[in-house]
Amino acid sequence: MLLVYKTGLWGTDVDVAWLRPSLLTCLFSGQDIRNTVGNIPMEWYKDFPHIGYDLDGKKIFKPLTSKDQLEEFLDKMENPDYWRTVHDKKTDRDIKLTDDQVDLIDRLQRGKFGDVNFDPYEPSVDFFTHETMIHPVTNRPADKRSFIPSLIEKDKVSKLVHAIKMGWIRPRKPRDDTPVYYDLWAQEDPNAILGRHKMHVPAPKLRLPGHEESYNPPPEYLMTEEEKLAWEQQDPEDRKLSFIPKAHSSLRAVPAYSRFIHERFERCLDLYLCPRQRKMRVNVDPEELIPKLPKPRDLQPFPTTQSMVYRGHTDLVRCISVSPSGQWIVSGSDDSTLKFWEVCSGRCMKTVHLDGAIKSVNWNPYASLVLVAACVERSVVIVNPGLGDRLLCSSTDQHLEAYEPPEEQKQQPVTWVAAEGADYEQGLRLRIHHEKAVKQVTWHSRGDYFAVVIPDNGNSQVLIHQLSRRRSQNPFRKNKGQVQRVQFHPSRPFFFVATQRYVRVYNLLKQELTKKLLANCKWISSIAIHPAGDNLIYGSYDSKLAWFDMDLSTKPYKVLRHHKKALRAVSFHKQYPLFASASDDGCVIVCHGMVYNDLLQNPLIVPVKVLRGHEIVRDLGVLDVVFHPTQPWVFSSGADATIRLFT
Amino acid sequence: MGGLEKKKYESGSATNYITRNKARKKLQLSLPDFRRLCILKGIYPHEPKHKKKVNKGSTAPRTFYLLKDIKFLLHEPIVSKFREYKVFVRRLRKAYGKQEWDDVDRIRGNKPGYKLDHIIKERYPTFIDSLRDLDDALSMCFLFATFRRTGKCHVQTIQLCRRLSVEFLNYVIASRSLRKVFLSIKGIYYQAEILGQTVTWITPYAFSHDHPTDVDYRVMVTFTEFYTTLLGFVNFRLYQTLNLQYPPKLDSNSEAELKMEGEEKYALESETYMEKLAALSASLSRVIPSEPEDEVEVDEFPADSENSSIHEERRKQQQEEEKHKSLFVGLKFFLNREVPREALAFVIRSFGGQVSWDSSVCIGATYDSSDTSITHHILDRPNVQTQIINRYYVQPQWIFDSVNAHLLLPVEDYFPGVLLPPHLSPFVEEKEGDYVPPEKQRLLALQKGETIDEEESDEEEEEESEEEESEEEAEEDNEEKNENDKQQTTGQNKLNVKVTAGTIRVVDKTRAAEREQSEEKRLAIMMMKKKEKYLYNKIMFGKKRKVREANKLALKRKAHDEASKSERKGKKSKKQ
Repeated sequence: MLLVYKTGLWGTDVDVAWLRPSLLTCLFSGQDIRNTVGNIPMEWYKDFPHIGYDLDGKKIFKPLTSKDQLEEFLDKMENPDYWRTVHDKKTDRDIKLTDDQVDLIDRLQRGKFGDVNFDPYEPSVDFFTHETMIHPVTNRPADKRSFIPSLIEKDKVSKLVHAIKMGWIRPRKPRDDTPVYYDLWAQEDPNAILGRHKMHVPAPKLRLPGHEESYNPPPEYLMTEEEKLAWEQQDPEDRKLSFIPKAHSSLRAVPAYSRFIHERFERCLDLYLCPRQRKMRVNVDPEELIPKLPKPRDLQPFPTTQSMVYRGHTDLVRCISVSPSGQWIVSGSDDSTLKFWEVCSGRCMKTVHLDGAIKSVNWNPYASLVLVAACVERSVVIVNPGLGDRLLCSSTDQHLEAYEPPEEQKQQPVTWVAAEGADYEQGLRLRIHHEKAVKQVTWHSRGDYFAVVIPDNGNSQVLIHQLSRRRSQNPFRKNKGQVQRVQFHPSRPFFFVATQRYVRVYNLLKQELTKKLLANCKWISSIAIHPAGDNLIYGSYDSKLAWFDMDLSTKPYKVLRHHKKALRAVSFHKQYPLFASASDDGCVIVCHGMVYNDLLQNPLIVPVKVLRGHEIVRDLGVLDVVFHPTQPWVFSSGADATIRLFT
Repeated sequence: MGGLEKKKYESGSATNYITRNKARKKLQLSLPDFRRLCILKGIYPHEPKHKKKVNKGSTAPRTFYLLKDIKFLLHEPIVSKFREYKVFVRRLRKAYGKQEWDDVDRIRGNKPGYKLDHIIKERYPTFIDSLRDLDDALSMCFLFATFRRTGKCHVQTIQLCRRLSVEFLNYVIASRSLRKVFLSIKGIYYQAEILGQTVTWITPYAFSHDHPTDVDYRVMVTFTEFYTTLLGFVNFRLYQTLNLQYPPKLDSNSEAELKMEGEEKYALESETYMEKLAALSASLSRVIPSEPEDEVEVDEFPADSENSSIHEERRKQQQEEEKHKSLFVGLKFFLNREVPREALAFVIRSFGGQVSWDSSVCIGATYDSSDTSITHHILDRPNVQTQIINRYYVQPQWIFDSVNAHLLLPVEDYFPGVLLPPHLSPFVEEKEGDYVPPEKQRLLALQKGETIDEEESDEEEEEESEEEESEEEAEEDNEEKNENDKQQTTGQNKLNVKVTAGTIRVVDKTRAAEREQSEEKRLAIMMMKKKEKYLYNKIMFGKKRKVREANKLALKRKAHDEASKSERKGKKSKKQ
């Protein structure tokens, strides 16, 4: 309940709040209308005509008219006694204070006593004195208990003593007066560093802020709308910045950073919860990692530019072979034709139509025999192209016709059939029928023997045929995995058989296995033997090219992974220290591979040129690659039905 | 071959580590107590090299502590204090429950406490070690000093943090060791060089904090407990190195200067003294009164011919540093009431300037705004009502940019109401290949003492040159077209087959050589070993990404510049 003051005089907050108006009424007014309802909110009576009950139990009625604000204001302006008028809520009446009452309130406000006549500083008169008097104040004899020690106290004291003895109660600790801070490092002993400090990994310092954190960063550090959207969609851990850069026009416009406490807290967590580990950062110049190799220019000659494209086939050209003289080239294609080209002019000299896709073709390396062997499905055909020296061609034909069948026919795994009629006109001379599809044919360097690979033929996957006696034999009794490629040693009686993961070297004279090379790959696709015969390279479908030094080890001397896709063919040059590899990624990589006569010096392998030109068709790029026998030229055939010459 | 079979996980790295739970059991501590202990003692988990071996074959994610660390904790006296405190709390609660107020009083009087002095000595055996680890301590203390006095932690902690941070600021002013300042959107970064160590800390802007609910304040308080102890000792030592009194006392003349009438009414004397210190406007008293610029001359050693250049460089650097330290010497600043007073006063004073503010803003003002000797008036409003002649009115960014640039920048860019130049971070040191914003390039040029051309003239030149270029191009195009036309006409008249004179293809030699070199490199990369190739690719990837980012920034800037230029042009044309 508050006094309602209506003057400027009592404008300040009131100390007389506890003086109730009803009290004032009873104090100050002569007529005593006291409301007996007590200390209740008076609005409970707002719907009644009366406002409470007086001492006799009669209703006290509200005054007929109550003032509105305007009347109040007018009253305030006009009534000179307004300042001393108090509204009593209990009786809903205005009371004008008398001078005495105003005086009293003034006194109370100043903290003085209400009664004017009261003197708080009267000299005090002691009732009892501190001096001992000879006579007792009362005449009562002393109690007995004043002579007997108190049992309760004794009990309490003994309890305390016991507690102190037992250490349950300890005397209050003396105040610690040593200074809080002092020179802690006065005696610094750097040798006193504990052993643990060696294992200590100091916490990395927080990253210092960059330009983007500025309150007014350069405009390029602000995020665009897309970047902002991307930032919002990212996980908070993945974000590169923990905030969105923002530009403010002036310092007063900068708001508080809402995540400040969070960031400090996260730092705290990092400091005591994050496992720490020392990480050595490699500080290498990337240029130093590149091996120092001789410059390709010093290793010339090697093919560098594409100089001829042989077009004419209509399907992918699987295989090519160059004549020993280097004047002709033969290509076999999936459009079941065999085409003979002149190397220098690029003219197709002859086309032999066969009855199936040609998987492999090989020109007889023996100079006095002009013959080409090709695999067509289940058969191998021997073709006399009739190109070049006519005498040689006719002598080759004579050589073939000079065959006389022996008296007793031996049981042979294949059937030899001499070509007749139209076939003979085309140049076909012999046809050797096998039971299964033939994959590869390769000549011995002397030109009489040739080997074929028949992958699905059980134990007899490899057959060696002799041209002059038209005889075939199966050199292996056992199947040791699917044979991929076979090759004769260029000068010695060795025979190389590549299965999926191994290359086996057999001695044909002694009829035994001399070496087993472990190719470090999944699937060998092709092999080639160095003309000197001690080194071998293979290409694999898992895009590796490996170089074996057979004197050194049965494991690869070097593995090159420079192709991006499966390797299809590899080839050595007969005279120059060059080898090439063809791959499905559409390029031919020519490498310099120098073999030294000194056994102590390892071969030097340097890639010298990447030749591009073939298009990739149906995920197939270059299918075969062959070197020219005398020139540093390389031929490649591809899935885009072309043959290309790089010189 | 005899001997016992060697069991797995009984030696080696498996025995060097211990999991958190095992460690806790070994120490017989509850998890909060264990955490507190780890925070105070600076023990943290280690990431073992072979996690599976350490984890005894399991791959479950676990945190590992070094066994040695945990064994070291076993002897820690604080562990027993933790237990004592637990007992204290129990007894107090019991006494409360029984309403034995005497006991409550007595138990309270014997409240166990602990000191962290020995831990600090142990964690930082030398003073320099402690300085190295001061960053987090300072940031935390400055944060806690801005907390309101209710709620999150004890008032004493907040007061202590405030006191220590003010002491530290006063030290930095006295030693003039502030180096860099940066206004970021998070807060204000300061970097000081104290006894050769760089110390960086961040203070929040002076707003009340909206306390997050997902933050464990107990952890922060424990850290603060440690940091306040550390900072107190560090402050003591730092004051000692400068011969200053600790706890800090104002200089006698400045004390007289700061005496105000009616000060008693303002607050208790101790409080006003604290606030005067916090105002950062007066210098501190020294133990041995000394001349303000009393420097020991460094002996000059006869330098060798080899070292002379190094010496000279060093001397030059030192001179530059001295110049930087006294950047604001002789300047008198007045801060308007809307600028952040504490930050600016701190920065200005630590570079030797004089600073004051309106006396109603804060205690410690030394002169009035009407003082005629004021050289710079710092304000942050769009316009000035009453300008007093012979002083510059600048925005607060001028102070910070000048400090970072090591020179007083031209004030024109910072006049009130002017669009401010970007505020760059002084912490970024651009290496070769990084993106350098054009403002930074200009600043670098300015530091070297080169005069910079006016931007506008530059632009005009550019425009002219562009126009010329475009004209030339157009001409060339025309010529080509003419030639083509001629060829076509001739072709139509005669037969299609003809031999035209071949043009000599000019081979650019340098380009060819470059191409050859790059091809050589590509071939050599083919021959790399697998491991090296991986590393090489990784390095190159990082480099390329950096370049990409730099290019992106440059492009963005270019686009922005062009947009703003065209906008300006549009405005100009509208005016015309």
